[in-house]
Amino acid sequence: MSIEIRNVSKKFGEVAAVNNVSFSVKDGELVALLGPSGGGKTTVLRMIGGLEVPTDGDIFIRGQRVNDIKVQKRNIGFVFQNYALFKNMTVFKNIAFGLKIKKWKRADIDARVAELLKLLDLQGLEKRYPHQLSGGQRQRIAIARALAPKPDVLLLDEPFGAVDAKIRQELRQWLVHLHHDLKVTTLFVTHDQEEAMEVSDRIVIFSKGNLEQIGTPREIYEQPANEFVARFVGVMNILELTVRNGLARINELEFPAHGLTEGQKMRIGFRPYAVQVSPDLTAYRHQAVLRHTYFLGIMLRLELVLPSGLILRSRISKEDYARMGLADGQKVSVQIRTYRILSKEEQLGDEVATTYETFPSLGEGI
Amino acid sequence: MAGAIKSRIAQRNVASRRGVEEPPLAKWTLIAIALVFTLVFLLLPLANVFAQALSKGASFYWQSLAEPDSWSAIRLTLLVAAISVPLNLVFGLAASWAIAKFEFRGKSILITLIDLPFAVSPVVSGLMFVLLFGLQGYLGHWLDARDIKIIFAVPGIVLATVFVTFPFVARELIPVMQATGAEQEQAAMTLGANGWQTFWHVTLPSVKWGLLYGVILCNARAMGEFGAVSVVSGHITGLTDTMPLRVEKLYNEYNAAGAFAVASLLALLALLTLAFKTYLEWRTQREYELAERAIDSENKPAPK
Amino acid sequence: MLEKKYNPLPGFGLTMGYTIFYLSALVLIPIAALFFKTFELSWPEFWKLVTEERAVAAYKLTFGAAGIAAVINAVMGTLLAWVLVRYDFPGKRFIDALVDFPFALPTAVAGLTLANLFAANGWLGKLLVPMGIKGAFTPVAVVIALTFVGLPFAVRTLQPVLQNLERELEEAAATLGSSRLRTFCTILMPTLFPTIVTGFALAFARAVGEYGSIVFVSGNIPFKTEIAPYLIVIRLEQYDYHGATAIAAVLMIISFIILACINWLEVWSSRFNH
Repeated sequence: MSIEIRNVSKKFGEVAAVNNVSFSVKDGELVALLGPSGGGKTTVLRMIGGLEVPTDGDIFIRGQRVNDIKVQKRNIGFVFQNYALFKNMTVFKNIAFGLKIKKWKRADIDARVAELLKLLDLQGLEKRYPHQLSGGQRQRIAIARALAPKPDVLLLDEPFGAVDAKIRQELRQWLVHLHHDLKVTTLFVTHDQEEAMEVSDRIVIFSKGNLEQIGTPREIYEQPANEFVARFVGVMNILELTVRNGLARINELEFPAHGLTEGQKMRIGFRPYAVQVSPDLTAYRHQAVLRHTYFLGIMLRLELVLPSGLILRSRISKEDYARMGLADGQKVSVQIRTYRILSKEEQLGDEVATTYETFPSLGEGI
Repeated sequence: MAGAIKSRIAQRNVASRRGVEEPPLAKWTLIAIALVFTLVFLLLPLANVFAQALSKGASFYWQSLAEPDSWSAIRLTLLVAAISVPLNLVFGLAASWAIAKFEFRGKSILITLIDLPFAVSPVVSGLMFVLLFGLQGYLGHWLDARDIKIIFAVPGIVLATVFVTFPFVARELIPVMQATGAEQEQAAMTLGANGWQTFWHVTLPSVKWGLLYGVILCNARAMGEFGAVSVVSGHITGLTDTMPLRVEKLYNEYNAAGAFAVASLLALLALLTLAFKTYLEWRTQREYELAERAIDSENKPAPK
Repeated sequence: MLEKKYNPLPGFGLTMGYTIFYLSALVLIPIAALFFKTFELSWPEFWKLVTEERAVAAYKLTFGAAGIAAVINAVMGTLLAWVLVRYDFPGKRFIDALVDFPFALPTAVAGLTLANLFAANGWLGKLLVPMGIKGAFTPVAVVIALTFVGLPFAVRTLQPVLQNLERELEEAAATLGSSRLRTFCTILMPTLFPTIVTGFALAFARAVGEYGSIVFVSGNIPFKTEIAPYLIVIRLEQYDYHGATAIAAVLMIISFIILACINWLEVWSSRFNH
């Protein structure tokens, strides 16, 4: 294990920022800490880095308990959200700073900086100052600076938060390649679920200081542990059903009662791709009107309105859309292929109702 | 001051004429009033200092400065500034580090207290030290018994000068340090730097211009202080007269040209201070503009 | 992030301790000494000292002249700030730098040169004295000197606010058909007023404590051109420590009240502007 967090809590005065969180990161893994703002993910990252002190619990890096080890001695690389480049130093001096502190020899420093500049495509920028660089370049220099002293783990706080959308896309790819080349254990914080899905080996999801789920992107998407995760990662249709006459219903939709009795309530959720659409009005049981089509690249999201006014969101490929000859305002028939029970009235635990047969390609309009 | 510079740049980026300007007549009248006022009220007094200083010729001017009593006043002024400016510099660094980099209760009260000397009349500042250390003061007998002289001696002049120049460095540094935040320091620490290394390599270089600015203002006031020093110095010619006190003495001795000669050195100091201040502002503005330009170029894809 | 940042930076204890020590030793204890000295007096004694005729005349001159100077500074400062922010003209940078000159110039030098300028044979005195304006050794001289030392405060307080003012406000008024003068009176003045008052208060506070320049220009004639700080010096030279302290306490309390007003004004006007 490269990093292990055991029962860690952090309180700021009365406010609990992190609640009894435990997880571990394997050697060489690329892990995302994902969650909404204020969810505690940055606090966890800063505690691992030694920039915050946990109120409770233990933190291990490479098997060694580091709670009482100062930030300077943890041998971590930390990349700050706004990079925190030393404004008064050139790119070279920024990258060399950690090596000078560690009293490396001049020749070794030169070699290491040159190596990193090459690795990060930054050759020729050695003599520039941070204010003479673009956002993407600053980002990579911050990473180069953190990597220079060969840290055991690399910690990144919202690494792509401060650059614009197009560069963010490039940098993501680039981080994956870099990680692939270096194999350094990497932990990064993000609030962007798409980013976490695309980049990481595993995702740790936080909300309000609690660890909600940990798993591979696929596990998180296919088997969300609870409604929060289901809603936070990707688009989810969520319905609240009431059992009447032996079936769980909302408006014209009916589902099995799953053991509930009359009048009890149940919440279910299903991904847009589980909603099947056909221009043939007899193909499926329910009728609906295609109110609006959202273009999300190669995938399209359809907003369907049932006669009762209930709205379902579906997702199909461009090719299928064209093949079926769909258009806004058209009448279609729909069915819900699979769904998950999110919670039942008498037991708020989660259970798997059905498994999904197919897993859609990630990255496009999840 | 940093805020003023930033906003000055922001202002320049806004197109200056957008159909909401005064009629040209009103505009040029206002400009004319401003020009006449500043030239008569500010430039004329300055020119007068040098004109009067040289009114009896260059040789008299040099003689006035080289006169032993004036020369000793110049030395004393330099000495007092050389002691009090570094004292307030160290204080300014300590205070701004504590205030800008940490959160604690009562911060705004502390800042107000640091500014307090600006609200006290210089004469009153001097009086306070007389009340403490003067012969009839609270510590007077104790000091007298040990033959320590503070009032009517150099230590009193230094104390009074430190008091009146107390806030200069701190109040310039606090906003600059607050603006740079604590992230650069934290980054240095994750790279293994200890507190002193962090301060020396990261904090100090990033606030150096603000620091210099504060030191320049502090120095100008330290060398030019009159009221507070006048109360504690005792006006012993050749011993406790600083340059401003020397100016007064020469003036009272009806040696106007001599007074103006010493005054011209102080006016020169003021001019240097202004020139330096203008240079620093220009520099900060340029750095800010470069940063702006870099942000603009962010939209270009990073070279692959 | 709502999360409050814990601070791993070292040195808080050391720097805070030093700050408190240095502040106490050099500022708080001396100020306390002044008040202790005042408390040695009984209330009637204190009252008698601070209300004697010569002192009252000195207050009147000090606050009267400071008030007039601050008003002049508020008006001229606003005009200067406006011209420097809004217009381009040759020599603008020079004028802008010159505004700080009274701040950088030692007050003794300011007093010396102003006294000389306005004296009967000075550059300005030659023109003004025949016209009946005596700018040296009169209350007018005191006002002139106080205006000189207070000017940078008025200009530099207003300048950044004027720079940050949204031009859109005026443009909106113009699109609604408001004349320029009307826009100035109904839109700009109310917005800038709190800042102008702050500038006025700062110039006033500076003027009330001013000593160096006045000594040279006023002539220091009791009951006529003698300011309160000068009276403190006179009392001190007479070894009348209680007399000096009592007047100093009055000045100090008034300075603190002005300081409190300025702080309050800044809070008030910043709330206005955001």
